[in-house]
Amino acid sequence: MSCAIDARGLRHRYPNGVAGLDGVDLQVAHGERVAVLGPNGAGKTTLMLHLNGLLTGEGELEVAGIRVGEGDVRELRAAVGLVFQDPDDQLFMPTVGDDVAFGPLNLGVPREAVHERVAAALAAVRMEHVRQRAPHQLSLGQRRRVSIATVLAMRPRLLVLDEPSANLDPRARRELLEVLDAIDRTMLVVTHDLPFAAQLCERAVVLSAGRIVADGPCAEILHDERLLAEHDLELPAGFDLAAAAPA
Amino acid sequence: MSLDRAGVAGDPASPIHRLDPRAKIVGLAGVTLVAVSTPLRAWPAFVACALVLAAIAAIARIGIATIWTRLRAILPLVVFVAAFVPFARGGPAVEIGPLSLSEAGLATFALVTAKATIGALGAVLLGATTPFPEVLHGLERLRAPRLLTVIAGFMYRYVFVIADEARRMRSALAARAYRPRHLGQAAALGRLVTGLFLRSYERGERVYLAMVARGYAGAMPRLRALAFRPADTAFLAALALTLVPLRVLAA
Repeated sequence: MSCAIDARGLRHRYPNGVAGLDGVDLQVAHGERVAVLGPNGAGKTTLMLHLNGLLTGEGELEVAGIRVGEGDVRELRAAVGLVFQDPDDQLFMPTVGDDVAFGPLNLGVPREAVHERVAAALAAVRMEHVRQRAPHQLSLGQRRRVSIATVLAMRPRLLVLDEPSANLDPRARRELLEVLDAIDRTMLVVTHDLPFAAQLCERAVVLSAGRIVADGPCAEILHDERLLAEHDLELPAGFDLAAAAPA
Repeated sequence: MSLDRAGVAGDPASPIHRLDPRAKIVGLAGVTLVAVSTPLRAWPAFVACALVLAAIAAIARIGIATIWTRLRAILPLVVFVAAFVPFARGGPAVEIGPLSLSEAGLATFALVTAKATIGALGAVLLGATTPFPEVLHGLERLRAPRLLTVIAGFMYRYVFVIADEARRMRSALAARAYRPRHLGQAAALGRLVTGLFLRSYERGERVYLAMVARGYAGAMPRLRALAFRPADTAFLAALALTLVPLRVLAA
């Protein structure tokens, strides 16, 4: 059976010589939710950009049954939904509705069906009421949820989120967690918000200096204080891992 | 100018607000065209244009205060330039106290002011009755160059983001007691602008990545089609029937 993500020996070197990825091996099964943890500059964003062909490197990479670098890029981009960290980068259309429609229209989905997809995607993130609004009229938490809707409308098989909880206040963070928890899809969550990872994902991998250095159940990885410390990761003081495990 | 003062005003459910943006663009540009092409001696045409615009404003329920605030942002520039003409022109002069004003110059001043006011009023009404994205959509469908409408669209989306960034950077300067009093201290402002430019440039690259990630291939798709209805035809016909005969008779 094909994996949602199958990377073998994935390497990427930036033009300035810096190695972004230094031999990444990662297999993610369909339906899994995996947290990608790691310090700044570990290659998390580089890995994410590879998943939908925005960057290419050496090694083998198959995502949602499509070999990256060969064949139809459009099919790959339909299968992999990237949610960027800053919603102001993700939301570039004048209204929320237009933005959510952007992806499906590019995929050639008929207009009638696009209307339905926009409504369904906004409902999935509980943002139906802002369809006519401009992105700059929304709060950061709202913009982040709309960003997720923009890729959900493309009906991707894999959802990749870059630092979804960054800069959110506790309430917006909890609402986002609830929204993501209700989305039934393979998910890769790039983050250094460890409690967020613990609450959302069953499995975690640690990416450090362009390599996967640990891979296992999220709770186990987060219990390993030495591992975390070695890679500049830290749970907030007093955080109770046992209470946070995903249902 | 404050960005909050832009945008739709008046009664959003009025017949004018509900018109197709193309009808409003063509109609209001038409009014401006009539005004611009009218010579001073045919001044009743200016009055007619002004009355038509006043009627549109009344139907759309846009208050005089709103119109005045917005006109004030556009008009001074034009009128400022025109104000020098009476001093610069030659020919027969009118003496007002110590000032010697050229008659032809005064006529030009009046003409330019009238034309500019009507043109600006038309633009203000378009902006106050049509959300900016709709104006762009209308322009696109009227075959305005695609590149320009796309640039204007991004500008509209990001001007708020960039203005926010600028405000934060200025607060950060002010918080450290920055109060420029002579030219030498302006260097910090220069760095602020540089920073803003670099941030916007980098943002541009990230936005492009986000667009490509969602299948962007050079065209900006539109979900809703515009619908040109009988009301739009009626609006344009009413404008044409009022202004064209007047303009032709006045010539």
